[in-house]
Amino acid sequence: MPEIEINLISGRTIDQGVSMENGKEKLAYRNACGIIELDDVEFKKLGAYRNTNVRVTSEYGSVIVKAIQATQGPHPGLGWIPMGPWANAVVDPNTYSTGMPTFKGTPVKVEAAADEPVLDAIALITQECL
Amino acid sequence: MSRSLMRLHSLRRSAYRQVGNLAKIVTDVVCPFCGTLCDDLEVALDDSGEKILEVYNACAIGATKFLHSQAEDRLTRPQMKQEDGSWKEVTYDEAAEYTAHMLVDAKKPLMYGWSSTSCSAQSVGSELGEEVGACMDNTATVCHGSTLIAVQDVGVPSATLGEIANRADRVVFWGCNPAHAHPRHMSRYSIFPRGFFTGKGSKSRKMVVVDPRRTDTAKMADIHLQLEQGRDYELLSAIRVAIRGEKLPETVAGIPAETIYEVADTLKSGRFSVIFFGMGVTHSLGKNHNIDIAISVTRDLNDYTKAAIIPMRGHYNVTGSGQVWGWQFGFPYCIDLSRGFARYNPGDSSSNDLLIRDEVDAAFVLGSDPGAHFPVGSVRKIAQLPSVCIDPHITPTSAVSKLHVPVAFVGVEVGGCAYRMDNVPIETRKVVEPPEGMLTDEEFLTMVLKRVKEIKGAA
Repeated sequence: MPEIEINLISGRTIDQGVSMENGKEKLAYRNACGIIELDDVEFKKLGAYRNTNVRVTSEYGSVIVKAIQATQGPHPGLGWIPMGPWANAVVDPNTYSTGMPTFKGTPVKVEAAADEPVLDAIALITQECL
Repeated sequence: MSRSLMRLHSLRRSAYRQVGNLAKIVTDVVCPFCGTLCDDLEVALDDSGEKILEVYNACAIGATKFLHSQAEDRLTRPQMKQEDGSWKEVTYDEAAEYTAHMLVDAKKPLMYGWSSTSCSAQSVGSELGEEVGACMDNTATVCHGSTLIAVQDVGVPSATLGEIANRADRVVFWGCNPAHAHPRHMSRYSIFPRGFFTGKGSKSRKMVVVDPRRTDTAKMADIHLQLEQGRDYELLSAIRVAIRGEKLPETVAGIPAETIYEVADTLKSGRFSVIFFGMGVTHSLGKNHNIDIAISVTRDLNDYTKAAIIPMRGHYNVTGSGQVWGWQFGFPYCIDLSRGFARYNPGDSSSNDLLIRDEVDAAFVLGSDPGAHFPVGSVRKIAQLPSVCIDPHITPTSAVSKLHVPVAFVGVEVGGCAYRMDNVPIETRKVVEPPEGMLTDEEFLTMVLKRVKEIKGAA
């Protein structure tokens, strides 16, 4: 399967905020944050349809999310995962002595993983940590 | 009657229609979600005054926060994790006992969070931290910590949001997306309000957005600088060059030189320029140095016009946490009290560095969710430690903690002081009673503090 390399950033979205306040254990939170937004050109390179589950892998971890068309794009060369446990499974944790992890600008690989499920927040953090 | 007043009246009428003549509308309610701390919400309660029916004037996130406090499936008593992974309900006394022993037994506990609670609860937490020699840190550590370091390095020319609404005619949003993260910021303070010197509202302002994505905020801008991600320092430096009228290379950070000159001229030609900035600069490589130079741009602009710079703070009272610790310990975050006095050294005394290096032996979290918002390597460490999560919601942090203590929502079920992103303190309001028998953050912290003093006195 084709694999693309992309620069990952994360941050807030209104859906992330609303679903977070509605309960992070709910599926709405997974649907809002367990996604990666990609430009159309990236989907072509990936050889996958929109709304396909993909595996995002960095030097620091790996996570399954659903790839969707960029809602606030185009943003050439960038992938966007809203802030939450899915983004934090792969972000660069190095603080370079500032105390601040490098949440923006993590090189990641993306490959289609259509048959793998996107876990909800509690299942994901339990799988990663316990 | 003005259009806004008519709308307000129609809202009130609709509330009365729903709930009859005994309906109660609580006015001037403060929203406990983001650092914008909107103070014009109206909340409609049912006849008994115990149930929230509607929230007016709030953004989608703020309204959800009020309404979710009423959820049927809300936890109302502490839960202790059992060996088989199941949860057992315990009393607040048992929860306070566990927490007190955990803190006293630890050599160097981490006490993290503090941004979604009131200043008075933060103050009790400070006393508790001092008593047990904790490392105290708030959410600035993954948010505007870089900003706090930069402000300590180079100072900050700032203003209140009222000044911005009345005066600012050049507004820059750098690495922030208020349309999503601070949904009412533009309508209350920065773009749309008709102020004393900004009578035409958005028409009297030029809006510049700097973001590598074409965000919903960027779509509204007069000028959008879609820079290459992580090149903020270069672009800010180029704007300083352009402000001075010196020569630039053809492009900087992917932005053509003529656009950079245009932005510099736009900012210089205003009567009052303001730069709002967010995680795009504090999280990218360069960190505090990105902010240093943004502040330097602001300082340079003051040679030509009036200019200010304001961080877009996230949690509604992360600013207050920095204020409280500022006057109690002298530092706004990353405070190590383990030697009996306050030390401050981000990179050493910061939560993520402490966790990754295995330098803390217990984790106490209140008013934040590191389980969702820390890199997963740090969360793994929390999961391995004795841990307590004090939060009204079920969260990834509560899922990996040994004890989850649900508490009343500050700003909904208990009042208390919070600081807006421009360091203006605002007293939040109590709207409804918490579920029967539930404690507030401050009450639970006071119980733990009393018990800690008893244990230490007996030892």
